[in-house]
Amino acid sequence: MLSWLIKRLLMLVPVFLAVSVVIFSILHFIPGDPIDNLLKVGSSPEARAEMEARYGLDRPLPVQYGLWLGNVVQGDLGTAIVARRPVADLIAQALPHSLRLGGLALLFSTVVGVTLGVVAALNRDRWPDRAIMGGVLVGSTMPSFWLGLILILIFSVSLGWFPVSGARGWNSLVLPVLTIGLGGTALVARITRVSMIEAAGRDFVTLLHAKGLSPLRIQLRHVLRHALIPVVTILALRIGWILGGAVTVEVVFARPGLGTLLIKSLSQHDYPVVQACLLMLAMAVMLGTLLGDILQALMDPRVRAALT
Amino acid sequence: MSALLDLDGVGVSIGRLALLEGISLTVERGQVLGLVGESGSGKSLTAMAAMGLLPLIGGRVTQGSVRFDGQDMAAMTEAQRRALRGGRIGFVTQNPMTALDPVQRIGEQVDVVSRLHLGLDRKAARARTLDLLTQLRIPEAAVVAEAWPHQLSGGMKQRIVIAMALAGDPDLIIADEPTTALDVTVQAQIIQILGNLVREKGVALLLITHDMGVVAQVCDRVAVLYAGRLAEEGPVRPLFAAPAHPYTAALIGCIPQDGMAKGSLTGIPGAVPSARAFPPGCRFHPRCARASDLCRSAPPPITPQGDGRVACHHPGAAR
Amino acid sequence: MIAPLRALRRPQGALAGLWLILVICAAILAPLLTPYAYDIQALPNAYQPASAAHWLGTDEFGRDLLTRLIYGARTSLSVSATAISISVLCGMVLGAAAAWFGGWLDRVVTMTVDLTWSFPEILIALILVAIIGPGTTGVMIAIAVAYLAQFTRLTRAQIMTLRGETFIEAARSLGAGNGHILFRHLLPNALAPVLVSAMLATGDAIILEATLGFFGLGAQPPVPSWGGMMSAGSALVFKAPWVIIFPGLAVAITVVAINLYGDALIGELDIRSRLRRDA
Repeated sequence: MLSWLIKRLLMLVPVFLAVSVVIFSILHFIPGDPIDNLLKVGSSPEARAEMEARYGLDRPLPVQYGLWLGNVVQGDLGTAIVARRPVADLIAQALPHSLRLGGLALLFSTVVGVTLGVVAALNRDRWPDRAIMGGVLVGSTMPSFWLGLILILIFSVSLGWFPVSGARGWNSLVLPVLTIGLGGTALVARITRVSMIEAAGRDFVTLLHAKGLSPLRIQLRHVLRHALIPVVTILALRIGWILGGAVTVEVVFARPGLGTLLIKSLSQHDYPVVQACLLMLAMAVMLGTLLGDILQALMDPRVRAALT
Repeated sequence: MSALLDLDGVGVSIGRLALLEGISLTVERGQVLGLVGESGSGKSLTAMAAMGLLPLIGGRVTQGSVRFDGQDMAAMTEAQRRALRGGRIGFVTQNPMTALDPVQRIGEQVDVVSRLHLGLDRKAARARTLDLLTQLRIPEAAVVAEAWPHQLSGGMKQRIVIAMALAGDPDLIIADEPTTALDVTVQAQIIQILGNLVREKGVALLLITHDMGVVAQVCDRVAVLYAGRLAEEGPVRPLFAAPAHPYTAALIGCIPQDGMAKGSLTGIPGAVPSARAFPPGCRFHPRCARASDLCRSAPPPITPQGDGRVACHHPGAAR
Repeated sequence: MIAPLRALRRPQGALAGLWLILVICAAILAPLLTPYAYDIQALPNAYQPASAAHWLGTDEFGRDLLTRLIYGARTSLSVSATAISISVLCGMVLGAAAAWFGGWLDRVVTMTVDLTWSFPEILIALILVAIIGPGTTGVMIAIAVAYLAQFTRLTRAQIMTLRGETFIEAARSLGAGNGHILFRHLLPNALAPVLVSAMLATGDAIILEATLGFFGLGAQPPVPSWGGMMSAGSALVFKAPWVIIFPGLAVAITVVAINLYGDALIGELDIRSRLRRDA
């Protein structure tokens, strides 16, 4: 198992490199002189020269990439144009907020989603199932930022229960987590229900009934364990989706975080920051998929056997 | 004493399709009843009906009654039926490869039966499991108990399924085509195990199969099913010697025998009709050499034949 | 194409289909339907709630909301539909080529698809918009690229499964050549799931387009888009909440309608098993 884990981690390296190449090239695909895109307007010739030397912009592209990559690996993500601070500082400030938001949203989606999915599967084709699936349909098709705005409208503006924006205290987390979480819940509930129904139709379940076990016990102890495996895998694959939701929600609720940073710097053309944010998000997605693979191996002995 | 399992005029439907009609058969204590028929004749459905598991596949008993040890199963509560399943009636399924829960260790899957039905605690249950595995000639029982299903071969898995069926100390085992999915060599072993069970433990056996050879080996009596109806039923030896129903005769003719001339093995022309299009009258008449106008119009009544019964307008010589 | 019409007979398909027809007609006939212009400001009229003159109220510049909503439908629908069409075309070509020729082409395509598979479309779209710059062209290309992986993968899987089917063997044994098999048999059969998938993806694309518009990266003012309207409206949440509510409702209902209709269509075509998107 350990050797598989190491191999899997090593496989991340080429993916990371490929993604980094794409992100690196953003700067160079943009029309205009890269230097102009890196400096504030009206900078002195000395600043320009220094920037050139720093990024090696007079050297061939692959070398530039190498320099950039080398810097990134050492933790030097460049300097923000607008804020004139090291990008790494900005990221370090923003990251904890995003992690908190994303983590809580993931937890919410998983717990509520699995519960709803189980209830729907156990009551197949009766009203709880129909109601939950109706909710799922609405939840998965609603644009997250609109949901966020509606929640603000109802709970902040009309009822005044929660703050409209900002990041102070638990209160400010409720609506953002709910916004991402409801969409995630819809996804998890749908997958849980489908896998439960599919698992319940398998042969070994007939035998479980033949052993005289109670149906509830069969569903919750055996079928659910089976059904959770695809849920975990798909959730891990869709971690990017949760991140995407986090980006939008941060903007809607004006919360500090990687998303707000990214969008703000996009509109400000602050490319070093844009690159760093995208890199962080890409890495989060890759780690998420890795986590999914690990969890799947932990949950399914057949997968474990296939890996050794 | 009443029969252990008594199906009396049982009819089964799934949705609007009537798949079984007028099925009457009994299994006495310590007896082996074979239930034979081609695929699609309704054998597995009969087994599900006997276990009270028809709701699992969306079916229900529409006529007649299923009695276990004199008690009508329909009159029981679901809890009482659950007590029967695994406790007094053990079930062996057809496909060992998919019968075991892939994410649970072998030992636990067998333990749960004796814990549930015999009230044993964890240690006692495990001891019983290991004992059963050893009796079933599974080597290194302790190691196997800690293994995962995917690590075992088909034959081993089927023995585990039999162990699960035995763990509750049942009076009756219903085995639904227990050897169909197995290698020929393994088939013989499993049949031998089942036969031993009856002899040594006095467990009754309802053996469902499409293989007349197996029936000849191990069964006391046999019931032949065709297209959802009983064709013939009776003690094995006389039935094999002089089958009354043409279908039975044809099935027996399908058994390969030593010394047979090449090319003399005859299959039965035609196929089992689907429940959506059962022929009128006797359902076997399209494939029967003896079919007459009476056969085409009227379903044959079940009449006594020796120590058994037959449903045919033109049964063969009396036994 | 009888199946799409048959899908209208189911209750959910009928309701959904009705709304979709409504929206599409409104988008096409926009200039004929709207009494106001979408870009003429009338500041004295700003922030008005629903009234007889303005059925849905006015926005911060006094422009009629309903008019902007209808023109917004034009933007959102045309951008999304075009983007998905491009994506489907390129995806089918890539997927079919990968499945057909195999070898290194297949490996390269599969690797690239797997790479982009786990990345959320929004991220891919943002990267592309970062390069191309804001505006409808940028958004269109961004959406097209973001969904490319999905269609490539689906087409490739379809062709590879269909290739092994008996009717292909039969055709070959009758002497059919490679080209004939590909164009006459494989592609038409692969078409149904891909087209339905494209339809459902258009729903997602509408949301993506609205999200990008919300970030200010989509159609630039004064061209209305549902996302852009919500972006402006978010600052007015206290004063004039209807500026956000209606565009969002429009997006939500349209996407739900697409999903419902698509579901009915899948049922009619009986291809549910061929559409395991999360496989």
